[in-house]
Amino acid sequence: MALRISKFRVATPVFCIFISPMQVIRSSPVYDVVVIGSGAGGGTVVKVLTDLGVNVALLEAGPMLNPARDFKEHMWPYQFEHRTAGEKGEYYFGRQKGFGFFSAAQGDWQLDGEPYTTGEGSQFLWFRSRVIGGRTNHYGRISLRFSDYDFKPHSFDGLGTDWPISYDDIAPYYDKAESFIGVTGTKEGLRTAPDGVFQPPPAPRVHEVLIKKACDRLNIPCIPSRMAILTKALNGRPACHYCGQCGRGCIPASNYSSSQVQIFPAMKSGRLKIVTGAMARELITDPSGKVTAVSYVDVNTRQEKRIRCRTVVLAASAMESTRLLLNSKGPRHPAGLANSSGVVGKYLTDNVGFGMSAYIPALEGMPKHDSDGFGGMHMYVPWWLIEDKQKGFPRGYHIEIGGGYGMPGLGSFYGVCRNHEGYGTALKKEIRRVYGNTVSLSGRGEMIPNDKSYMDIDPNVVDRFGIPVPRFHFAWSDYEIRQARHMAETFKAIFETMGGSVLGPSNPAREPGGISIGGTIIHELGTVRMGNDPKTSALNKYCQAHDVKNLFVADAAPFLTNPDKNPTLTIVALAWRTAEYLAEELRKSNV
Amino acid sequence: MSRRTRRQILREIALAALSAPIPLQSAQHVHRAAAEVKKKTSGVYKPRLFTPLEWAALRRLAGLIIPADEVSKGALEAGAPEFIDLLCSNNEELAAIYTGGLAWLDRQMENRHGTVFAEAKPEHQTSMLDLIAYRKNMSPDLGPGIRFFEWARRMVVDAFYTSPIGIKDVGYTGNKGQPTFHVPAAAIDYALKRSGLE
Ligand SMILES: Cc1cc2nc3c(=O)[nH]c(=O)nc-3n(C[C@H](O)[C@H](O)[C@H](O)COP(=O)(O)OP(=O)(O)OC[C@H]3O[C@@H](n4cnc5c(N)ncnc54)[C@H](O)[C@@H]3O)c2cc1C
Ligand code: SF4
Repeated sequence: MALRISKFRVATPVFCIFISPMQVIRSSPVYDVVVIGSGAGGGTVVKVLTDLGVNVALLEAGPMLNPARDFKEHMWPYQFEHRTAGEKGEYYFGRQKGFGFFSAAQGDWQLDGEPYTTGEGSQFLWFRSRVIGGRTNHYGRISLRFSDYDFKPHSFDGLGTDWPISYDDIAPYYDKAESFIGVTGTKEGLRTAPDGVFQPPPAPRVHEVLIKKACDRLNIPCIPSRMAILTKALNGRPACHYCGQCGRGCIPASNYSSSQVQIFPAMKSGRLKIVTGAMARELITDPSGKVTAVSYVDVNTRQEKRIRCRTVVLAASAMESTRLLLNSKGPRHPAGLANSSGVVGKYLTDNVGFGMSAYIPALEGMPKHDSDGFGGMHMYVPWWLIEDKQKGFPRGYHIEIGGGYGMPGLGSFYGVCRNHEGYGTALKKEIRRVYGNTVSLSGRGEMIPNDKSYMDIDPNVVDRFGIPVPRFHFAWSDYEIRQARHMAETFKAIFETMGGSVLGPSNPAREPGGISIGGTIIHELGTVRMGNDPKTSALNKYCQAHDVKNLFVADAAPFLTNPDKNPTLTIVALAWRTAEYLAEELRKSNV
Repeated sequence: MSRRTRRQILREIALAALSAPIPLQSAQHVHRAAAEVKKKTSGVYKPRLFTPLEWAALRRLAGLIIPADEVSKGALEAGAPEFIDLLCSNNEELAAIYTGGLAWLDRQMENRHGTVFAEAKPEHQTSMLDLIAYRKNMSPDLGPGIRFFEWARRMVVDAFYTSPIGIKDVGYTGNKGQPTFHVPAAAIDYALKRSGLE
């Protein structure tokens, strides 16, 4: 879809008076598009639409981001008297927010005054970041295309439901997404890891060379990782300078974040209005069933406000977008907006997670060097047993590799304290000996949607704005449990092949019983699914609601599968496609 | 290091990255920051929470857990007692762990050797630590001491290895901008040979 749009209805003040329970709204502009949420999905929609000449208003629950002030790139722990433990030593009591003091996450597993609940017998954790950029400011940047069979799971092995689009439909948008945000990689010709438009990858670190050699022996592929990080300058963004700190946020924007790469540039277009601190509560519809406005809470004043729109794009993250639809109830849509099918909230999935670490004696005494590289692995293992029908579970997983001489931080040497014990020069020597010799492997695998896993609205609980909160129901099936066991066996084999000794699960608290708690891989999605049949899906193949023609969803809620590939690249590609379609529909006055 | 400095460094890196090579100021800022920390921790420190006796015991404990050796200085020079004092002065839960643990230690030392920990002979101090530094000695008698020592060891180790001295001790050389990522061939050869994967 190549299009260039010149004439749009500009956001003109329309004089109209109507009474809402809260206030009288006098003259207020009508935006062509109101986008809710500024993460991967919202950022992409904002970029594509403003490029195409559309006026957009962006509602974001969090504050504006200022990377130079907010990101802690290049800081040392000793620049803080509390050494990153927090003024009150929060670190030592598990009370530190997000992923630690240096992390760019302006969010956490729990947000004050904004709870969520779980159904009886369910365990589920939900990570939210409330800020311009959402979770993309600090996410892992792993950027993997879904495979052809990931879009056609039912045709592939009889499980799950096929998407209404195929790999070929989205491939051009993967190309656009990768060309624009910048993704490293190499052409490998693997069906399980489709090639894309790649920047050159950095050299593998020593432990990654060992893993690669061990995998070669075991007939497992190990290839350069695909990360949304620039190794060559692109669109005025400099190449990475290899500080290894992507999780702290990259001040020069050498990695992808929707804030720095999409929203800040779009702010210069003159077509973007940003409302921060705006927590969308409900979508307001007219008698024809179209969305006419978004009602939101100004989080700083707790005032109820409205913004009027011609069309609306939900990109508040899969669970928040679902919550917004379910909370937008009315006489014409008692089960929530765009939910005549009843599927909104169903088919919740996360990835299967399991991690293991090992001590690698071969690394002991190696000449020390700067192994920071870019933030995250330089090599990874894509799924390889696609033809194997005997393994006891469907689909597969990929393996992420961790290791190297990390910047020492709080907790870096607790393993030594625990295993070696003692004190004095012996302890000091032991720390020196083992530093940098631990390697970890983490599996991220596909979960098959099941009817015990879904999200609904807790009938008894509201947040501090009075908005009813999500309730999560979650259960792994034997498929996932067998898959996690397969991960453990594979990891052990790889470690042993390189002469390592297994230390155990790398995250026993998050992965009790050898499989992650639902939600903790932070790939929760699938709850506003797309499809061709309005009876069994909420959105059509352009992520446009079957029931509400001017409503679109642009995060991971529309996904029908949650394969062994992290979702964000596909969020960007799909949102790109949705935004182009929306622009065209606006131009044709179809919405 | 002031924020301004950091921002300047990042701007330099951003600009330089477009042309390359990257200036090495970023590596130098490490040393500058290290010197500043040193300045801050010298002079006589007045503990915010601990009594003089507790402070003396904590300092002795830190010095025993991570002493100076032929490679580097120890936890005292790295500011470990000050770090623990700061956090304890802001956190009653943590303060109770330390004041309680140190008092336990003093009573034990008095019973065993007739004097509080800080004033005991070095061989009496270490013979006490030889008991509480190992889980295998866990007993109703020693339980509180073993648990306290685990706290003290973790936090002294944290303080030491997050200081410029500890970072240098283990040989971390990163956190500096560089135009390309390079892995020394000697390191790869070394590990491959030892792994049997060649
Ligand atoms: C530590 C970590 C590592 C990760 N690593 C990877 C990885 O390597 N690869 C990968 O593909 N994915 C990864 N992810 C997942 C990735 O972050 C998400 O898939 C991605 O950010 C989702 O984008 P989104 O636009 O759907 O939502 P988000 O990025 O969550 O953004 C949603 C935005 O909407 C706002 N919002 C929410 N509700 C409302 C409301 N009612 N009104 C207004 N605004 C609202 C939020 O404040 C937020 O800014 C990781 C996540 C974390 C936390
Ligand atoms: S590793 Fe590279 S992309 Fe990541 S924060 Fe550092 S400079 Fe930025």
